[in-house]
Amino acid sequence: MSRFEAMDGNTATAEAMRQINPDVVAAYPITPQTSTVQTFSQFVADGEVDTEFIRVESEHSAMAACIGASSAGGRVMTATAANGLALMWEMVYIAASNRSPIVMPVVNRALSGPINIHCDHSDSMGARDAGWIQLYGENPQEAYDNCLQAVRIAEHEDVLLPVMTMYDGFITSHGLERVQIEDDEAVRDFIGPFKAHEPLLDIDNPVTYGPLDFYDFYMEHKRQQVEGMKHARRVIPEVAADFEKRFGRKYGFFEEHRLDDAELALVVLSSTAGTAKSVVDDLRSRGIKVGLLKPRVFRPFPAQELADALRDKAAIGVMDRSDSFGALGGPLFMELSAACKIHDVPAKIVDYVFGLGGRDTTPDQIESVVRDLADIADTGKIKQLVSYLGVRE
Amino acid sequence: MATELKLKELSKKEDRLTPGHRLCAGCAAPIIVRQILTAIDEPVVLANATGCLEVSTTIYPYTAWNVPWIHTAFETAASTISGVEAMYRSLVRQGKMEERNVKFVAFGGDGGTYDIGIQALSGMMERGHRALYVCYNNEAYMNTGIQRSGATPLGAWTTTSPVGTVVPGKPRHRKDLTAIAAAHDIPYAAQASPHNWRDLMKKVRKAVAANGASFMNVISDCNRGWRHETDQTLEVTRLAVETCYWPLYEVEDGEWRLTYRPKEKLPIEEFLEPQGRFRHLFAEQNKHIIEELQAEVDRKWKQLLQRCGEEE
Repeated sequence: MSRFEAMDGNTATAEAMRQINPDVVAAYPITPQTSTVQTFSQFVADGEVDTEFIRVESEHSAMAACIGASSAGGRVMTATAANGLALMWEMVYIAASNRSPIVMPVVNRALSGPINIHCDHSDSMGARDAGWIQLYGENPQEAYDNCLQAVRIAEHEDVLLPVMTMYDGFITSHGLERVQIEDDEAVRDFIGPFKAHEPLLDIDNPVTYGPLDFYDFYMEHKRQQVEGMKHARRVIPEVAADFEKRFGRKYGFFEEHRLDDAELALVVLSSTAGTAKSVVDDLRSRGIKVGLLKPRVFRPFPAQELADALRDKAAIGVMDRSDSFGALGGPLFMELSAACKIHDVPAKIVDYVFGLGGRDTTPDQIESVVRDLADIADTGKIKQLVSYLGVRE
Repeated sequence: MATELKLKELSKKEDRLTPGHRLCAGCAAPIIVRQILTAIDEPVVLANATGCLEVSTTIYPYTAWNVPWIHTAFETAASTISGVEAMYRSLVRQGKMEERNVKFVAFGGDGGTYDIGIQALSGMMERGHRALYVCYNNEAYMNTGIQRSGATPLGAWTTTSPVGTVVPGKPRHRKDLTAIAAAHDIPYAAQASPHNWRDLMKKVRKAVAANGASFMNVISDCNRGWRHETDQTLEVTRLAVETCYWPLYEVEDGEWRLTYRPKEKLPIEEFLEPQGRFRHLFAEQNKHIIEELQAEVDRKWKQLLQRCGEEE
């Protein structure tokens, strides 16, 4: 039987890890992911999982050990945040190119410097070209659900790519909410057994992992990674459909909130989407036709689907919780703008960088974005392409 | 029964590193690797740091390895083998895989071991993974073209410690990584040299039988970097040992033991003289560096004799 509990995102993630019961976990504690690793350590200490838990001396070694363990032929997980993700950068790319189906919850936290432990998306957004599938979740429930689905997506034989599942540091990682935890057996039935592909530990059929790969084959191998990502576009909805059939919660590439008949659209990831939904509801009650789109899958980027969902909007306000210094705007804005251009969406699109280093984002600020959008829709003119919300200037 | 450490018996064993790899003529690394893998009768799984051994044995789509082998990055041989070994233990414990007494061995050069990979190595040793880490130590970053490392001795020429008008080669002594490994209180640490293959192979057998992490530091002549003819490989490593520049010893469960003591400790010049990397030291104005090198060898040798409970 599934059960409802008051849980924060990290505890829900540790619960998911317990149910997934990976053969190996290699992880290093970092704020705000720490309590996930602590809770999981207790599961190991109490014999509630079969996992061999490697308490590595750094995140770089965490990911290297994960790649070694995954190549050896078993189910592998880790978890990290911010500087931890930055330290393992080199290995993050190698995990993807090695086609290691590792699942890694990333608790979004601002990258140093200056040093800061609170939420923004600079860590995972920086890793968007590393070759990992990226899923963003709004709350502890979605952190839990994404984690379970990530295992199926990563290990699908047409995909075989690592998956990172993001949720917001402290806001989601430490905020208690009502979470439905599914039955252990039902979860294990959903994710299924691990199937190894040419494992290193097949002693009688020796394989060489990670050879030197020059101009004569490197490009073909990169092309195959692209193919894995393409398959993921098919597999992610398939896994979501099976998840919904079993557990009743629906997931897609993104979530829409009162978007259908909206003229103005907000696009925002993760926990801020929760705040934005309440702003949308409030403004709707005042007759403003605004809706919200909350992306869940950032890699592979569902360009066509996003464009179709936003095709008839007059103005779109993207909210980016990270910046891309020297670029046109934040990463979500750039990708969405490209998708809309390529797929002939006529809407005006503007960007709002917000919440860096945990800066609070208020309903008033989100409402001011919608007022801007209404002005753009009325006049057809953009006054400011990229704005910074709630910053002293 | 383990294969006897006799050349006739050992020569009957199948090569685990096969011919056709692209390491240089006279390189000590494949000699060392074949000695190590021949010493082990059990199944092996290998991890390899980025470096000469890695790039020269696995140029895709070819591989020279007859046994499971993985490379991930430069500084990650120890962390990668940690993951592989942990997965093996996990799968065996869960009954998902048969126990076959698999031996896990990681190879790294001195760049991947003394310097960029020392943290990962320290972690592997502290956590007690059942894996043997072997540093094939050619005393510089040879793969990228002879740059100095933490294993490069005082005065040696490298491309990043060149001999100039002001600075005559590397200005500092090397670090003592074998002692650093031993300080982790792992069950087995040793220094070896390929010229003394029986000593090396005995040590390998002790290392892989150890209940925990083990470490071997093997001097690995590189004629490209050390600047001598390709047929002098084993002679130069022999001189490293006979001068006590590279003593052969082991640390087993905390007990330090010399495994070879030269009958007559040769002067350091005997080791330096055949190598072009030290040629400048024989110029009049640099001879004090040779004296410093000799003094350091003497100091370390005395320290080692004390640790081993040997008379001076």
